Formats: sequence, C-alpha cells, structure tokens
Amino acid sequence: MNSAEHKNLLTKAFNIKNRFLAMYKQANAGHVGCSLSVAEMITFVRFGWMKETDEIILSKGHAAAALYSMLAEDGTLTEEDIKTFYRNNTYLAAHPPVNKIKRIPFATGSLGHGLSLAAGLGLAQKLKKKDKKIFCITSDGEINEGSTWEAALFIAHHDLNNVIWLIDRNKLQGYGRTEDVMKLEPLGKKLEAFGFNVLVADGHDFTSLENSKLETRNSKLPTAILCNTTKGNGWKTYEDKVDCHYLPMKDDQYNLILEEVKYDYERRISQIA
Amino acid sequence: MRVEFAQAMINAFDKNENLVFITGDLGYMALEKVQEKFGEKFINAGVAEQNMITVAAALAHEGFIPWTYSISPFVTLRPYEQIRNDVCMHNLPVKIVGNGGGYGYGIMGATHHNIEDIGAMRILPNMRVYVPFTASDVEQAVGQMIADKSPNYLRLNMGAKINYPVAPFAQWRKIKDGTKGVVVGTGPVTENILNTNLADDLEVWVLSVFPITQLPNELISSINATQKLITIEEHNGECGLRETLSYLLMNHLTSNIKILSLVASGYPSGKYGDQKFHQAENNLGGDGLMKELNAFLG
Repeated sequence: MNSAEHKNLLTKAFNIKNRFLAMYKQANAGHVGCSLSVAEMITFVRFGWMKETDEIILSKGHAAAALYSMLAEDGTLTEEDIKTFYRNNTYLAAHPPVNKIKRIPFATGSLGHGLSLAAGLGLAQKLKKKDKKIFCITSDGEINEGSTWEAALFIAHHDLNNVIWLIDRNKLQGYGRTEDVMKLEPLGKKLEAFGFNVLVADGHDFTSLENSKLETRNSKLPTAILCNTTKGNGWKTYEDKVDCHYLPMKDDQYNLILEEVKYDYERRISQIA
Repeated sequence: MRVEFAQAMINAFDKNENLVFITGDLGYMALEKVQEKFGEKFINAGVAEQNMITVAAALAHEGFIPWTYSISPFVTLRPYEQIRNDVCMHNLPVKIVGNGGGYGYGIMGATHHNIEDIGAMRILPNMRVYVPFTASDVEQAVGQMIADKSPNYLRLNMGAKINYPVAPFAQWRKIKDGTKGVVVGTGPVTENILNTNLADDLEVWVLSVFPITQLPNELISSINATQKLITIEEHNGECGLRETLSYLLMNHLTSNIKILSLVASGYPSGKYGDQKFHQAENNLGGDGLMKELNAFLG
C-alpha cells in the first residue's frame, strides 16, 4: 500500500463515516457505535482488498448503515437511495434486505448466520473451481452463537482458505462486556485450535489491516483476523460503552462526532509522508 | 422410503450434476451408494444442522441444488430460523429431507418424532412440503422437487401398502370412490383407513403437497353430498392437514358460511417501514383493511 492508496482509503472511510452518521442523524436511529466500530474494516475490505467478483457478508447486520454507506461510496447505491434509510417504503431497513441489492447476497440481522453463509459460498467456489474470496465480518458478541462455532469447524475441516473471517473485536455486546457476559478469551487460541490462521490487527488502522492482508497470502489455512476496535470510535461521550449501541445522537453530539471524525482524518492524512 | 429415496438421488445425479447431497451425519446402511455416486458433492456436515442449512442456502445461491438430510426434527426444528431466514426468505432451492416424520422413529422416543414438521414447514414463505404416500411416490416427488425452484421439505416414512391402484404423484389424488363419507388423508397413515372393512363405503383422497390453495371440485361435491368428512394425519391437527383444510372447506360448505380471513402475508412489495406500514401492506390496517371489509360486508 503506497501513500496514495493509503490516503485514498482514509478518504473513503471519511466519506463513509460522514454519510452513515448523517443517515443515523436524520433517522434518529441507534446502532451508531456498531457502524463506527466497523467502518475502517468494511472500507478496507471493499477498497483495499477484495476483487470485484469477491463477496462480503456483513454478519453483524445491525451495522447496515456502514454497509449501505460503503455501497454508496462504490456506486452500487445512489445518494437518493441513501435518503430513504429507515423511512417507510425503503429497501434500506435497519438490517440488510432480502434479494434487493447487489453486493448484499443475504439478509442478515439474526446473529450467527454469516459465518455459515461464508462457509457455503466458500465451498461453492471450491466445487466450481473458482478463485473467489468470501469476506465475512462478524461481531464478537455473536461468537456466543453455537452456529458460529459449527461454521468454524466446517470451514477448517473443508480447508476453506478462500474464507476470510474478520472479527470486530470491540469487546462489547448487547448488554455488557464480552468477558463479563460469556468470556471469549483466549479467543485467538480457541480459533487456532479450531484450525484457523489467526491474525491480530488494529481494526481502525489501514496499515495494520494491510499487514494482515499480506499475511493471508500464503496461508493454506482459513484466516480469522481479530480486529481490535473501539465501539463508537469517535463518539467521545459513549465510546467503548454499551450506550453507543442503542442511543441516537443528539444535535450537539452529532456535531462533536463530525469534528472528531474530521480531526482524526486530517491527523492520519498528515502522518502519511 | 429411504431405499427408494437413495436410488432416486443416484438416478437424479446422472441427469443433473448440480445436485449436492449434505447429510447431518446420518445415513448408515442407506446413503453409501449416494456418497459413492456424488463424490466430492456428498458432504457430511457433521452433527451441526444450523450450519448445514445455511451452507446449503449459500450453495443454492451459487447455482447448486443442495439436498440436506437428517432425522426429521433435527433437520427442520433445530435449524428453524436458518430455514426461515437463509433459505425461505431468499427463495432458494434448498431441499430438506426429514426421515421418519410423524412417529416414524417409533420406540426411539419423543425426541426423534416430529408431529409438527408439516405445519412448521408449510407456513414458511416460498416453502412447499412433499409428503409421499407410497414408496413408489418417492422418485416422482424427488423429480418434482428438482424441477421446483423453491425451498422444499420432503417427509419420508414407511410407504403405504394397499391393494388399490394409485395415480402418479400429485398434490391431490383420489384413491377410491365411496358413498357414506369422504376421507382426506396425508401420508402413509391414510392406509390405516383404507385397510379397514369400512373402506368400501368411503371415498378416499390423499393430499401430498402443501400448502394448498384450492380444493378439487369433485372433493367439495362429495363432502357436500355425504356431509361426512374424515381427515387423517400423523401430525398435530392445529397446524397440519385439518387446519389447512378447514379454511378452504368452510367456504364450500352448504351452510353458506363465508369467511374473511385477514392475515399477515409477509412483504408484498419487498419494502420495509414501520408497523403500520406493514399492517397496511397486508390489508390489516388503513385503506386496504376498509376495502376488504366493505367488499366482504357488501
């Protein structure tokens, strides 16, 4: 990744965040923190990693606004589409819709389905002898779901190294911290024991995500990337708090987040030679 | 029917290599030849039915016709949400095969029985349920399911053994005439009436595909003529044959009762909105409801 590519990713993420923040604000909707948590990951997969024929499954469907905003950034959705978010008579509900939008192959929202979807899509490519990658972004909370572990066993057993599993490891779930609700740690060791090539990345940092991408190249094992993130990243009032999962932004908070997102963007851009 | 089913799969694979067979770790002494035939397209997904169904949905999305197999409750009720969300909502041609629907697993006990499968499956969007009557129905049912682009559930059991000729597999079949009453049955349990000495006087029908949207005129005439209807199913009546027949039948009884049924039918436009939006789309509120009520009340 050269400087220009890095700057491009930062700009895409900046646009994507600004767009979904505006969407949440006009809808007065929650799940803001969930999208802020995953914004750089989804940006990197789409604009820094995947080929046009590859697939993304957003298993944590509650971050749909980040997905829709990314799809507006790549031209799949129009800004007019985006305006319909959360309104009556829209395809852009709070969770991704059924069979309506290119690049959303499956409706998600019920947790623990996405990794199995990725497994099936990955298996299909192997059967068809197609070189196509499946990127699956899950939350960490949904690793509570038994079906996630069923899928993990299946992916490892069938050597589905065309599946790249990115875990949004923000350590918060619906009603508490992941380690208080049902502890996941040592998560990396668990996934290694299941047969995954386990990588750890800073999920908000493109250089770190790029390093993970490079490390997957020669792996014969399926890859799981523990992307360490902060839920509500940039929403200082509720950053790393459960609140940012549910609460809509008040006017002053919205303005502060926009300022923070801009400051963070300019700071990162300035650090690139 | 398991033997006939395995043979039907082997025969079908000769004509369509897009078939994939996925078992939930069952099939000992039944699926070995299917495995041999399907090669890499035979997958044992292990004892992990939720993943199995969703993997099948993704395979169907990629153009395959996946068949998932287990004992009936394990392949229907355990992964129910996966069937609803990933298969049925997306209208993907995943074929779910439940061995031993009803009390088919007998002494194995309640956990292995399934007297809710037809009801649980038939109410899901886009799903069609196939219930063979005789063993020789199975290959025809499999053929129809492959041609059917929607999700399907196949309920396997011990085939009926009767001395009456049976027409080729179809949703409705009249097995025999009779004047003292009408029997509508689903599945092999119908043979229990056919094999009694009362059968001579009964007109007997077998229903083999759910859901049903209309009744054969001949059946309605017979019910109104005899005024006696017997339904038989190895299934909970609250959500099975009795329930699904009742609404259609009520509109045809001689008592002239008419029925208006207002229900949530799903997502007619495929779009989303608030609760009132969805109520209105389904004629459960707003102008649609008024229109329905005015038309009905005259």
